[in-house]
Amino acid sequence: MANHSLALRHQFDDVEQQKDASTFGMWIFLATEVLFFGGMFCCYTVYRSAYPAAFGHASNHLDLILGAVSTAVLIFSSFTMACAVNSASTGARNALVAFLGITILFAAAFLVIEMSEWRMLYKEGLMPGFNFTYKEFDPGHVQLFFCMYFAMTGLHASHVTIGIGILAIMAFRAWRGAFGPDYFTPIEISGLYWHFVDLVWIFLFPLYYLIARHLQG
Amino acid sequence: MITATVETRDNYLNHEYGVKSWLLTKDHKRIGLLYLAAITFFFFLGGIFATVIRLELLTPPGDLVSAQTYNKLFTLHGVIMVFLFLIPSIPATLGNFLVPLMIGCKDLAFPKINLLSWYIFMAGGACVLYAMLQGGVDTGWTFYVPFSTSYANTYVILTGVGIFISGFASILTGLNFIVTIHRMRAPGLTWFRLPLFIWSMYATSLIQVLGTPVIAVTILLVAVERGFHLGIFDPALGGDPVLFQHLFWFYSHPAVYIMVLPGMGIISEIVSVFTRKKVFGYRFVAFSSVAIAVLGFLVWGHHMFVASQSVYASLVFSFLSFFVAVPSAIKVFNWTATLYKGSISYDTPMLYAFGFIGLFTIGGLTGTFLATLGFDVHVTDTYFVVAHFHYIMVGGTLMAYLGGMHYWWPKMTGRMYPEGWAKLSALVVFLGFNLTFFPQFIMGYLGMPRRYHAYPEEFQVYHVLSTAGASVLAVGYLIPAIYFVWSLRFGKIAPDNPWNASGLEWQTTSPPPPENFEITPVVTYEAYDYSILEEMKVG
Repeated sequence: MANHSLALRHQFDDVEQQKDASTFGMWIFLATEVLFFGGMFCCYTVYRSAYPAAFGHASNHLDLILGAVSTAVLIFSSFTMACAVNSASTGARNALVAFLGITILFAAAFLVIEMSEWRMLYKEGLMPGFNFTYKEFDPGHVQLFFCMYFAMTGLHASHVTIGIGILAIMAFRAWRGAFGPDYFTPIEISGLYWHFVDLVWIFLFPLYYLIARHLQG
Repeated sequence: MITATVETRDNYLNHEYGVKSWLLTKDHKRIGLLYLAAITFFFFLGGIFATVIRLELLTPPGDLVSAQTYNKLFTLHGVIMVFLFLIPSIPATLGNFLVPLMIGCKDLAFPKINLLSWYIFMAGGACVLYAMLQGGVDTGWTFYVPFSTSYANTYVILTGVGIFISGFASILTGLNFIVTIHRMRAPGLTWFRLPLFIWSMYATSLIQVLGTPVIAVTILLVAVERGFHLGIFDPALGGDPVLFQHLFWFYSHPAVYIMVLPGMGIISEIVSVFTRKKVFGYRFVAFSSVAIAVLGFLVWGHHMFVASQSVYASLVFSFLSFFVAVPSAIKVFNWTATLYKGSISYDTPMLYAFGFIGLFTIGGLTGTFLATLGFDVHVTDTYFVVAHFHYIMVGGTLMAYLGGMHYWWPKMTGRMYPEGWAKLSALVVFLGFNLTFFPQFIMGYLGMPRRYHAYPEEFQVYHVLSTAGASVLAVGYLIPAIYFVWSLRFGKIAPDNPWNASGLEWQTTSPPPPENFEITPVVTYEAYDYSILEEMKVG
């Protein structure tokens, strides 16, 4: 089984073509992901420009510290993912497994932080559909803000969860010795996916947490 | 003698036997046939809904079914025909079968993902069927909010989830094609030696990959809003229902080109072979496919001329909609120019191609009527629109699909279809189609609104004509269904290249071996170069 993945699959002429096709396929998949999130970013943009005041008020109910910490955690996991790809290319098996493990841990930490933020919002009555009791400034459009917030961070969190699953499979296969310096395409394209997931958060964080900070004071 | 060798030859159909060998196959040719079986089922299911709709409309009062049932009928007809038949029709069946054969490789780049896409499609289809059996859905295939999110009492979420899931099958097919066409062409097969079918599949795949995620996320938001009573598109909470329409049509207009571009590719192949000429202006036809894919993303606003869109936005969308007619017209003119001084033979695929060119022209020209702001305001939501898009989708895509099925049937099955019956059915389909849908242009222009189950008496004559045509059309579709199945057992054994075509798919055996080609072909000539066939015979 371990040697199976080294083999050239029958539809390809050579290893180079196989690797090329897999990487290219992943980039195209990421293009579909950009448009997948793009639909929601489009909604956000339309509503934010229509109701800037309500979005500003709502934004200040989010916990900047939690948001910043989770951003840092996620960026660090991207770094360890890059280290994992590098270890794979040099054939350092133990380092590869270790870096994948750390990446998974940080991804899980991100989810824990996000869940605590959601829990907090639920308790404050800012979770539309479940517990929404906000009555202060323009409650209708504040609710719209939180609908978009939960839809977008929820979609992102589902991607993080899928990412953890993929990385766990990769770590298991790496531990079994499936990869070497001549074959680590799965690690590389999992890395592409993981960096993409991070990148989405890099847009979500300022759009939800930072953009109205100046209104607070 | 020939029969004996064909019978014993190893091919993708007799290489393995048993249900398991089909359900776990990674062979693009078998997956194409799996899709064929699935979409044929959905086509006839959607056809049954259309039949009941036409029967209801035979008489002015709403007497056969209730208004609510009628709403469900046209919704299910639309949902099934658009998402479960037309979108996968040509790409997932003929495309799956032909793309690797035409570019001279052993399989698609990702065979497992290809099989996965079929299972995803079936899961999506099963959701829609389950919703149908539970009691259906009545929002129309467009799922406009706030009706779909707040008022409809039918299975909106379940149907939406079905469409969401089947969308991923479409994305994966497109992704597979793009990578395969980029990376796996046979030696010497440069971009400008590719058959035009491949160009059109490439353009189609671009739309599938870039458009489908947007409808997926839009349907997801509708389902979430309905399920958790959120307010994303709900005007009561400041949400914007028109935003939903923007997102919906951003996919659903380009989706029209997912349906018709592969058809155009088939017509290019057929017109060339049955005139024995290169397609006139090859590069223009090739690039017009890409141009349609790109411009198709910029015209969605023409669905919203009366939906509170600003008049300036409407002007721009109107202009761009006219613009997309240019590459479409390039194709029609170039096919016509290819016919000029060609030695034309009138086999069944060519009859369908003639049907396509004529009907697509009518559908396309009435599209420019609808792109005209003043005229569109007059006929919005009337049968004029219904007739227009059926001319494109049924008169265009379905004619091309049937033409392609006849053209490649010998390659797919190793059997010829009965030519006489096939010609008859092509004629019946053409007549039945026009009788069904041409009267709808007139009644739409006179003011008959779409989606009504009862109507004033002065429209009855058109509805009677239309229903009569629909029954002729149904016969036209049943005849091929019967003789295709018949030919599997009793059809003449097909030669490897029955049409004397020059494409790579004809240089391998009929049906092809599991690996497509015994030796990877090397291409030294342009597409549709029929002189090369003479050289091959001499050589």
